Amino acid sequence: MGEWWTTVPIESSLGNFDISSISHATMSPSKQNNLLSMYSSLSLSKSSYSVISAFCTEDNIPQCISYINQELASLGLSSTCIEASSPGAAGLNPVPALNATYELLQIHRRTMCSLEELEREQLKKSSTLEHVQMNNSRLKDQLELSIREKSGLHEMERQLQLKIKTLQSCLKTEKDEVQKLQNIIASRASQYSHDAKRKERETAKLKERLSQLLVDRKDKKLAIDVLNCLGRSDGKRSHWKTAKAAASHEGEMYKSLLSDYEASQRSLMLENAELKKVLQQMKKEMIHVLSPRQPSIRGATADDSQEQADSDLEDRAGDSSRGSLDKSCEHAREQLTNSIRQQWRKLRNHMERLDSQASQVQNQLESNKDVISRETHEDEMERMRREVQQCKEFIDAQQQLLQQQLNTSFDDETAALLNDCYTLEEKERLKEEWRLFEEQKRNFERERTNFTEAAIRLGREKKAFEEDRASWLKNQFLNMTPFTDRRRCSSSDGQSALSIRSEPEMRMSSSKVQLPKSSTYTSFSTPKPAPSATVPSTTELYRTLRLIPDPSSTRHSSHGRWHESSTIEDGESQVKAKSRLRCGDLSIFSLGEDENSLT
Amino acid sequence: MNFSEVFKQSNQLCKVSPDGKYLATCVQYRLVVRDVSTLQILQLYTCLDQISHMDWSSDSLFILCAMYKRGLVQVWSLEQPDWHCKIDEGSIGLVSSRWSPDGRHILNTTEFHLRVTVWSLCTKAVSYIKYPKACSKGIDFSRDGCYMALAERRDCKDYVSVFVCDDWHLLRHFETETQDLAGLEWSPNGCVLAVWDSCLEYKVLLYSLDGRLLSTYSAYEWSLGVKSVTWSPSSQFLAIGSYDEKVRILNHITWKKITQFEHPSTINNTKAVVYKEVERRPVVSDDLSLHNITVGTTLFNTQSKYEICPLPVQIPVVKPDPDRANPKIGISSLAFSADGRYLATKNGGFQVQSLSWHCTGDSLILLGKEQLCLCYMETEQEDK
Repeated sequence: MGEWWTTVPIESSLGNFDISSISHATMSPSKQNNLLSMYSSLSLSKSSYSVISAFCTEDNIPQCISYINQELASLGLSSTCIEASSPGAAGLNPVPALNATYELLQIHRRTMCSLEELEREQLKKSSTLEHVQMNNSRLKDQLELSIREKSGLHEMERQLQLKIKTLQSCLKTEKDEVQKLQNIIASRASQYSHDAKRKERETAKLKERLSQLLVDRKDKKLAIDVLNCLGRSDGKRSHWKTAKAAASHEGEMYKSLLSDYEASQRSLMLENAELKKVLQQMKKEMIHVLSPRQPSIRGATADDSQEQADSDLEDRAGDSSRGSLDKSCEHAREQLTNSIRQQWRKLRNHMERLDSQASQVQNQLESNKDVISRETHEDEMERMRREVQQCKEFIDAQQQLLQQQLNTSFDDETAALLNDCYTLEEKERLKEEWRLFEEQKRNFERERTNFTEAAIRLGREKKAFEEDRASWLKNQFLNMTPFTDRRRCSSSDGQSALSIRSEPEMRMSSSKVQLPKSSTYTSFSTPKPAPSATVPSTTELYRTLRLIPDPSSTRHSSHGRWHESSTIEDGESQVKAKSRLRCGDLSIFSLGEDENSLT
Repeated sequence: MNFSEVFKQSNQLCKVSPDGKYLATCVQYRLVVRDVSTLQILQLYTCLDQISHMDWSSDSLFILCAMYKRGLVQVWSLEQPDWHCKIDEGSIGLVSSRWSPDGRHILNTTEFHLRVTVWSLCTKAVSYIKYPKACSKGIDFSRDGCYMALAERRDCKDYVSVFVCDDWHLLRHFETETQDLAGLEWSPNGCVLAVWDSCLEYKVLLYSLDGRLLSTYSAYEWSLGVKSVTWSPSSQFLAIGSYDEKVRILNHITWKKITQFEHPSTINNTKAVVYKEVERRPVVSDDLSLHNITVGTTLFNTQSKYEICPLPVQIPVVKPDPDRANPKIGISSLAFSADGRYLATKNGGFQVQSLSWHCTGDSLILLGKEQLCLCYMETEQEDK
């Protein structure tokens, strides 16, 4: 039993490693790695008893027992707990221990079975997986193949469709052709039948005629009945038909033919010469066009050789064109055409190159143009937008103002206020203007008074001057006459008369002067600037004194001055009237004098 | 345009003399000769039977009147009204009668084209030419009147005989490579003879005066071929109008086609001007299109007017019955203007009986069944 005990613990004591691993395994038996670890652990456990024996020793038997009991309890084994055979003894109660070991063995067997099963399952599954994978790959390959096949078939189908189309079109054309040929055949057949019918009718007629003739037998001879023979149209006699005549006819015929051929040949020669000339010219021009380019584009040697060849050809062509009839003519012609062809090819290549260059440049230009034009375009657009904005603002402002205007008509108070403002402003302006006007009027009045005074003074002076003159004249006259005694008394009379006369004259004039004076006074008295017709304005006086020009030039269009101007206007007539009066006065004076002289 | 009063005529026999002084008309069996300017009757001749054919001699001195039914030909003289001449073909009958270019011989084709009798009015002599061909244009005189070409057929082969008109000496006799010769025409310079085949085969052969074959031209096979042929006045071009509604022009140096003109039913060419006659009466309007015209104006009577149609113009085409022989399609008449600048062609079944150019080449007259149309070409300014 002791041995048994020692062996059992050895077997059952697995060591810390293994316990933990076993507990791992029981916790999650499905995990493969756990299984494997379990495997390894088991194998380990089987081979490493020496390590395990460290679990239970003589000393820690109760701990071991308790530990194992705990483990068993945790494993869920309801088996009896392992107890010591007697407390404090180094042995174990065999029954529960055996039960425990039996249970553990059972457990172990079960796990082994399940392990086997699992292994089997795993094998199976892996094999099925492999199988499935193989299938998968195979199917993928198949799929690819089939896809490729499908595309190939598609391609074939497309080609076949194309073929069908072409064949159909061919068929259509063939059908059309067949139709056309059928039509042709039909028309030909109708033509043939028509001709055949015609011929048949003719033969029928012939037969009829023949039969008629055979029956008739009365052959109407053909005859000509001419009154008299005519002369030949060209007036010559007719000739006998001889071989010579025949030969002459032949000769004539050949002559006419020959002349025609000669004429055509001449024209062709001319044409040929023309064309040759044109070709030469073309060749020269082409060479000329190409030659400045060629050194820049190709090697000089090639050009030189070409040019050499060209010049050679030219010389030869020149020779031929001089009209030599030997075989070199044709040779030269060929060479000429060949050289022209070459030149033309060169020119064409050159032109193509230039064209491509030009198009490139044009593309560049266009792109540049686009950039530039876009910029300018955008600037323009900006400017125009700004303008439009400004105009819009302006329009808005105008509209607002207009609205305000319109709105004021609805709002009476503000309208009245505004109107008041406006009228006030106008009133102010008007007052100002009135003030100015009044001032000016006053100035004018002052001037007028001055001038009238001056005029009065002048009038008086003039009167005095006239009196003096009159007296002087009288004196003179009286002195002149022999009847001085008589004259003296009469002169005194005259004088007195004169004076008397002059007095009334003077009075008249004075009165006349007074009249204007009074009128001026009256004009003075009137505060209103009413246009009185008798106002002798300063300008009139000025005019009489020849100090100012006509009033028409001094016409004022200002507000307060139109009255003045009108007065000036009216005054002018007054001046004239006055001057006329004056003249009248003078004339009266002179009359008076004459009268005096006469008497 | 002023028209004179209507004169009676029969058989459309109404011809102006070659010198342009006289106008001869036939009324039943009478021959009336009038003065062209005054239209006064100058001479009146009576024939023995209804006149079938009438023709002036080339020197305008004689008129022949043929009566086919009776087989008689009567010749009248203008200078000597008493002069008479009667040619009786006898029982052999008469199918056609014509003058020779010198105006002193009469060629009568007998019935069934058995022979051509050449009567000389100078010598009263008779010559016979056997086996003339019964085709649309079997005899042609060269323009200078020296030679006559006659188509013959014997042993199912076509031949051409060239005679010298002076004394009717047979100059050349050669076989032609035609299946069924339909016509021949001398070139205006008298050196080339154009010979064409019937419409069943498109073939135009060119022979020189001495009988050598110069060239053959065939545009296509099997379809109906040549319908009409004409030379340009300078002999430089030969215009061939065919049933396929095309005109082909050959040049005289290589005898190859230099150009061809189509007659499409829709005119789209921007250079073409189309005049459409619009009549006020609800009668069928005559649509005519002329080829190669730059500008033209027309004179017409007051009852109809021409208006210029905007392009493209669809010409009403009546499709002829293809089953019938000699269908009314294709170029039926061609005419070059006198200077060779213009070519007038008539395509299709239009009722235009004749096209003829004025000798100056700037106006064209079209005669229809009921209508007459005068076309003036505007001559372009010469820049040279």
